[in-house]
Amino acid sequence: MARSTTTKSKVIVTIGAWLVGFLIFFPILWIFLMSFHTEGDAIKSPFAMLASPWTTEAYQAVQTQNSYGKFFMNSVVISVGSTVLALIIGIPAAWSMAFVPGKRTKDLLMWMLSTKMMPAVGVLIPLYLGFKVTGLLDTRTGLVAIGTLINLPIVIWMLYTYFKEIPVEILEAARMDGASLSSEILYVLTPMALPGIASTMLLNVILSWNEAFWSLQLTTSDAAPLTQFIASFSAPEGLFYAKLSAASTMAIAPILIMGWFSQKQLVRGLTFGAVK
Amino acid sequence: MNMTLRALLGATALLTLAGLASAETTITVATVNNGDMIRMQGLMDDFYAKNPDIKVEWVTLEENVLRQKVTTDIATKGGQFDVLTIGTYEVPIWGKSGWLVPLNDLPAAWDQADLLPAIAGGLTVDGQLYAAPFYGESSMVMYRKDLMEAAGLTMPDAPTWADIDKAAAAMTDKSKEQYGICLRGKAGWGENMAFLTAMSNSFGAKWFDMDWKPQFDQKPWADTLAFYLHLMNDYGPPGASNNGFNENLALTQQGHCGMWIDATVAASFVTGKDSTVADKMGFALAPDNGLGKRGNWLWAWSLAIPAGTAKVDAAKAFVAWATSKEYTELVASKEGWANVPPGTRTSLYANAEYQKVPFAKMTLDSINSADPTHPTVDPVPYVGVQFVAIPEFAGIATEVGQQFSAALAGTTTAADALAAAQELTTTEMTKAGYIK
Repeated sequence: MARSTTTKSKVIVTIGAWLVGFLIFFPILWIFLMSFHTEGDAIKSPFAMLASPWTTEAYQAVQTQNSYGKFFMNSVVISVGSTVLALIIGIPAAWSMAFVPGKRTKDLLMWMLSTKMMPAVGVLIPLYLGFKVTGLLDTRTGLVAIGTLINLPIVIWMLYTYFKEIPVEILEAARMDGASLSSEILYVLTPMALPGIASTMLLNVILSWNEAFWSLQLTTSDAAPLTQFIASFSAPEGLFYAKLSAASTMAIAPILIMGWFSQKQLVRGLTFGAVK
Repeated sequence: MNMTLRALLGATALLTLAGLASAETTITVATVNNGDMIRMQGLMDDFYAKNPDIKVEWVTLEENVLRQKVTTDIATKGGQFDVLTIGTYEVPIWGKSGWLVPLNDLPAAWDQADLLPAIAGGLTVDGQLYAAPFYGESSMVMYRKDLMEAAGLTMPDAPTWADIDKAAAAMTDKSKEQYGICLRGKAGWGENMAFLTAMSNSFGAKWFDMDWKPQFDQKPWADTLAFYLHLMNDYGPPGASNNGFNENLALTQQGHCGMWIDATVAASFVTGKDSTVADKMGFALAPDNGLGKRGNWLWAWSLAIPAGTAKVDAAKAFVAWATSKEYTELVASKEGWANVPPGTRTSLYANAEYQKVPFAKMTLDSINSADPTHPTVDPVPYVGVQFVAIPEFAGIATEVGQQFSAALAGTTTAADALAAAQELTTTEMTKAGYIK
C-alpha cells in the first residue's frame, strides 16, 4: 500500500535533498570558483574572493608549467584499459559463481572482498620491487595491471549480483537450443545483463580515474596520469590554491562530464534488482 | 641511382640519426613545486646549450608525496630518479646510509668553498658533501614598521623574546582583526614543530640528552610551550592551530599580522605584488633569551644524486649547472636579483647588486647565526636545528606536534601535552633501540 505523503512533507524532503546534494557538490563548486581568481584573491575571505575580478590566469599558468595532454591520455588509457581487462576476467568469473556455484563460492567472494580491506601501503615495497624487476615501473601496462587487480573484486561482486537476478532457466533454454558456453555468455547472458555491465564499467572507469595511491607511487613521467598532474601544483612555500584548483578542475572535468551524461545508466545499473 | 638504392641510403641515414639521438642521455629530476624550481624549468635552454647531449625530465610533486616516493625508490634502488630535490633533514641520514653519491668531485669552477658554511655543514657527512644547495633559508622576524611606529616602539635588529612579547601586545587590536603575532600552529614535523623546536633551542631546551632520553619533562620545554601559548592565545589570530606557512603568509599579506616569525624565503612574498603591506615590512633576527642560541632554523632545498642511478655523470653536470654561480647570474639577468635562489653562496651576498635587496642582509645574518652541528645550549647527540637528523624523527615529531597543536586549540593543557610528548617519544625511542 502506498504511504500517504503531504505536500508539506514533500517540500521539506525535497529541500533537504537539495541541501544535502549542494553540500556534497560544494567543494567541487568552490574549487571551480577559486580556479578563476588570482592566487592573491583565492586566499581572501569567501565573499571578498567572489567580489574580486575573474581571470583565467591560473589556467594559463597550469598549462605553461605542465603538459595536460600527456597526463590526460595516460588517465584515459589506464582507466579504460583496466576496466576492459577487469570485465574480460570478471564476466566469466561472475557467471561461474552465479550459475554453477561450488561449496566455497561464498567464501571465495568474501575473500576477494577482504583484499579491499588491506591497506595498500602494506604491499607497496613488494609490488614496487616486482615492478622494478619486470620493468613495469612508470609504464601504462603496469598501471593497467594494477588498476585491473584493484577493481576486480568490485567488478566480480557487482556482476555476480546482477547475474543472480537473471533466471537460470533462460540460460538452460539456450543450452537446450545448442548454445555453446561462450555463445551462452556472449549472446544470452551479456545482452540481458547489459545495464549491470554498463554501470559496472562506468563505476570502474571512475574508480580507476580517481585512483591516486598507486599511480603516484609507480609512475614518474611517461605513464603519470592526472592524479600526478594535480599533485604537482601543491607548494610547500608559496600560494598555490588557484593553480591547484585549476589543475583539479581540468582533471575532474572529463570524468564529471562523462558521469553527467551517463547518470541515468549509472543509477539504473546500481539499483538493478533492488525492487524485485 | 635506382630507387632501391636511394631508399637504402635514406634508411641508413635515418638509422644513423636515430643512433645519434639515442646517444642523448635523459635524466629524471624529482622536485617540489616552489617558485625557484619552476623558474629553473623555464631557463633550461641555457643548460641544453651547454650540455646538448643531456635531456632533463621533470617530475614535480607535493613535498610529502615526493618524500615518500623518493624514499621508496631510493630504498629499493628503483632507479626512477637521477636527481632528487631533498631537504637538510634527509641529507645526513641518507648520506650516512650510502644512498647518495658524494659530490666532492664537482668541477673546480663550481667552487665548493664559496658555499655558506652553515648550509654546507648541514649537507656534509664525515667530510663528504652529499647534496648541492639550490636555495637555503633560515627564519626571522618579519614585522610591520608602521604598526611598530604607531605603538611608539622600535624593533631591534636582534630582538629578545621579551621584545617580541611587548611588540605583540602593543600591535594587537582584535576588534580590527589585527593580531600582534602570527606563528605556525598546524601539526607536523615541518610545520609547528619546526618553529617550536627552533624556538626551544633559544629557551635552553633540547629533544634528547646525551643518552637519547627525551627532555619534554624538563623546565625549558615547559617554558617554551607556555610562552608560545601565551603569545598565540593573547595576541594571535583565531584558529591558529590550523595555520601553517601558507595560511600565515596569507594573513600577513592581507595586513592581519603585526609580526610573523617564519622562513626567510617569505620575505620576497610579503614584499611582493600580492602583498597589501609590501612597503611596510621590516626584518629582524629571530629572537633569543640571552642564552647564546636564537630561535631560528636552517633549511636548504638541495639537489642530490641517488646511489642507484646509472647516469651519474649527466646528473652531476645538471647539479653543477643548477647550483652554480653562473645560474644565479642567469636568473638575475632574466628576472632580477630579488628572484635569484637565496641562501647558498657567500659570493651572492658580496654582490653589490644583491645587497640592494631589502631582506638580503637579514637573511644572511639569520643563516649565519644557525649552527646545525651545535643547535642547542647544552650538548646533544644529534645534528639539526629544527629537527633531529634521525629517521624516526619525522614520525615522532608529527605526533608531538599534534599534542602541541591540541594545546593551542585548547583541547588539552600544556602540561598534558608535554607529558604525552614525553611518553610517546620515550616509547618510540625505546622501540627504535636508542634507549636501552
